[in-house]
Amino acid sequence: MALSPGDELAPLKVTPDKYLTVRYAGASGDFNPIHIDADFAAQVGLPGMILHGLYSMAQVARALTDAGGGPGALRRLSVQFRGMGLPEHELTVTATVRAVDDGVAVVDATCEQCGRAIIRKAEAQLRVAG
Amino acid sequence: MNACYDSHVMAVSTDVIGKTYPATTYAVGREKIREYALAVGETDPLHLDVDAARAAGYDDVVAPPMFAVVYAMPAVAGALFDPEVGIDFARLVHSGQEFTWGPLVIGGDEIATTASVGDVSERAGNGFYVFESVSVNKRGEIVCAGTWSNIVRAA
Repeated sequence: MALSPGDELAPLKVTPDKYLTVRYAGASGDFNPIHIDADFAAQVGLPGMILHGLYSMAQVARALTDAGGGPGALRRLSVQFRGMGLPEHELTVTATVRAVDDGVAVVDATCEQCGRAIIRKAEAQLRVAG
Repeated sequence: MNACYDSHVMAVSTDVIGKTYPATTYAVGREKIREYALAVGETDPLHLDVDAARAAGYDDVVAPPMFAVVYAMPAVAGALFDPEVGIDFARLVHSGQEFTWGPLVIGGDEIATTASVGDVSERAGNGFYVFESVSVNKRGEIVCAGTWSNIVRAA
């Protein structure tokens, strides 16, 4: 697919349901109780069970591969986790092409929830045709 | 006179920088790929439908790139839980993550992952821990290299 600097990829919107963190814990093997135990999360001062950062990163990856030519196109993804994501609130991933060089697009992305970035400074490299 | 002891000074151990852990091996299963792909909301049939994956030229379903978490985490956990690293889990925050991918991982692959301590440092009482992982398939190709950044917040 052709990408040019300044192009915005199709935004990805997803609302993780109430039990998503439990399914993701099982699928990923990360059973940290802050993600799956509301009582524990409250004890350590969290607003509730929080999303796994790597789940949110997977949403950024999905936005990129969906828009950019499938799983083989994603060559690199780097993110910084900020704030905390919660189930039952919509996540929005936006991504903009910064540069295209030698068949590789450099893409900047963020993942927001309730108007706050929970992933910022995401930077990806996507293989693009020609 | 007793020496002063400042309980707010975190004792980060920089001796462990460069420490490398024994490789872990992960056998990639078709249903595990499907389970992971469904959990993260993948809709690309390459991840979910064997026939679609085969029609596209793969032997089995294709792991989404972020499936790296599944095959690399056991190796990284070895570093994370190492008493010599000495992380206080009650104050641990996953602050950043980077993956660089090589050839796709397919159901039936076996992936060996080696983890190491990339860096340990301290600023303003916060401990910064960076772990590196390298995952290799049976053909010796690096399928994913990961950099896992963590902060242990000041007490």
